[in-house]
Amino acid sequence: MVDKIKKWLELFAAQLHEKKTYLSELDSAIGDGDHGNNMARGADFLLKSLDQSGDTSAVFKNAAMALLSKVGGASGPLYGSALLALSKKAGETDDRSEWIAAGAEAIAHRGKSEAGDKTMLDVWLPVQKALADGTLTHEKIDAFVAETKSLKAKKGRASYLGDRSVGHIDPGAQSSGYLFHAFLEAGADHA
Amino acid sequence: MKKIMNKPEQAVDEMVQGIVSAGCGQLKNIPETGVIYRSELPKDKVALVSGGGSGHEPTHAGFVGDGILAAAVCGSVFTSPTPDQIYEAIKQVDQGKGVFLVIKNYSGDVMNFEMAKDLAEADGIRVESVVVDDDIAVEDSTYTEGKRGVAGTVFVHKILGAEAARGTTIDEMKAVADRIVPNIKTLGVALKAATVPEVGKPGFELGDTEIEFGVGIHGEPGYRRESLKTSRELAEEIVSKLKNAFQWSEGEHYAVLVNGLGATPLMEQYIFWQDAEKLLKKDGLLIDFIKVGSLTTSLDMEGLSLTLCKLEDARWLENLKWETHTLAW
Repeated sequence: MVDKIKKWLELFAAQLHEKKTYLSELDSAIGDGDHGNNMARGADFLLKSLDQSGDTSAVFKNAAMALLSKVGGASGPLYGSALLALSKKAGETDDRSEWIAAGAEAIAHRGKSEAGDKTMLDVWLPVQKALADGTLTHEKIDAFVAETKSLKAKKGRASYLGDRSVGHIDPGAQSSGYLFHAFLEAGADHA
Repeated sequence: MKKIMNKPEQAVDEMVQGIVSAGCGQLKNIPETGVIYRSELPKDKVALVSGGGSGHEPTHAGFVGDGILAAAVCGSVFTSPTPDQIYEAIKQVDQGKGVFLVIKNYSGDVMNFEMAKDLAEADGIRVESVVVDDDIAVEDSTYTEGKRGVAGTVFVHKILGAEAARGTTIDEMKAVADRIVPNIKTLGVALKAATVPEVGKPGFELGDTEIEFGVGIHGEPGYRRESLKTSRELAEEIVSKLKNAFQWSEGEHYAVLVNGLGATPLMEQYIFWQDAEKLLKKDGLLIDFIKVGSLTTSLDMEGLSLTLCKLEDARWLENLKWETHTLAW
């Protein structure tokens, strides 16, 4: 199982590198323009963290520490919190939808955000639901990300723009989209 | 940009080394973390820790020492330290009685400090915290993250630091912190923006004779731009806004901090204070404690802020006067 999890995070890191410029462009429209660079920097340390040995819980914990120490801003603590929650949950159950639910809860708690605030949570929550129903596909993930376009930001720097944030994809939602594409691609969605 | 430095990206590390050395043995640092801590920590007492982006010196590292902070965490310039840095500080200074965190209200700082708190608690360390939001310039609204934390944070450090020195428990400290924060309010005026070393140009532009009320300590927009005024007129604007926020009455006791923002000379800070004092006295306020100096700066920003702390409890005044040995108090 641990190999699939490592594969998942490797693919995620590769996506973050590949889409670095695009993520920063999305962030320039409604934030401070550094999401792509920050996540790409985190991706390097994320890959390094996978060299350490350990079970699934340890892999998630090491990945969390890498992101929260290297990404900075709000994304570091948000992804870090989510992965720490996954680390804890993976020690209790193999049920992937429970893992993602724990991750989403940690993001909501850390960011004091809820569904519809135009944040990464707007991808995590519907992904979790689809996963529980056994209906998660790549197309659905893209649709969840695209749906953040019509939302008005209520958290983070984008919230200062209010109505002007409508019409832009949330960069955190987009990077979370890459996380879940990698999740399916690595076959990490089942034990 | 003219600055005394080597390379912009080394600025924080080299500053940390300088601060530790200037502590003449009282201070140590944890390499590669930006953490500065007291080399001798009192046993069986709560450890007070603060931190934030660098560029506000002497906040926070200048207040590490006997009677105030056990440790300060220096982030990059105007950028919150990350959870692992803060977590290292917590582990370093905990003496078994818990660690109390003073956080300025910025979403990055709050998230990173809370994350560090979770990590430390997972290790069995008791951690409590308070978020300081003393800047009355920007009002609360649905779409902002509340008021900013600025120079009033120094009073929170001093009052809680004395509590820690007295041997107060972490739960009692939390109660004190929750009472003092709503009683501290600050408002500032900027004459010139700060230049972040790695950016190389001022964060915003003000004309030669232009000033802005309510600018944040990272150059965030204030509430009004005007042409330069006399010290007396600046004091009238700032004191009237504070009066409105406190709704004060004659006979109430206050502590005052006149805080330079980095590039404003002490001469101007004292001139401003004598103008502000007249206004406060006219309203019948009793000023029991006065501090004038550049304690929470914004690199080379020109301007100053006025902080008032309503002394609801006589013990807070004792705490402000509590003997301390730090670089900057």
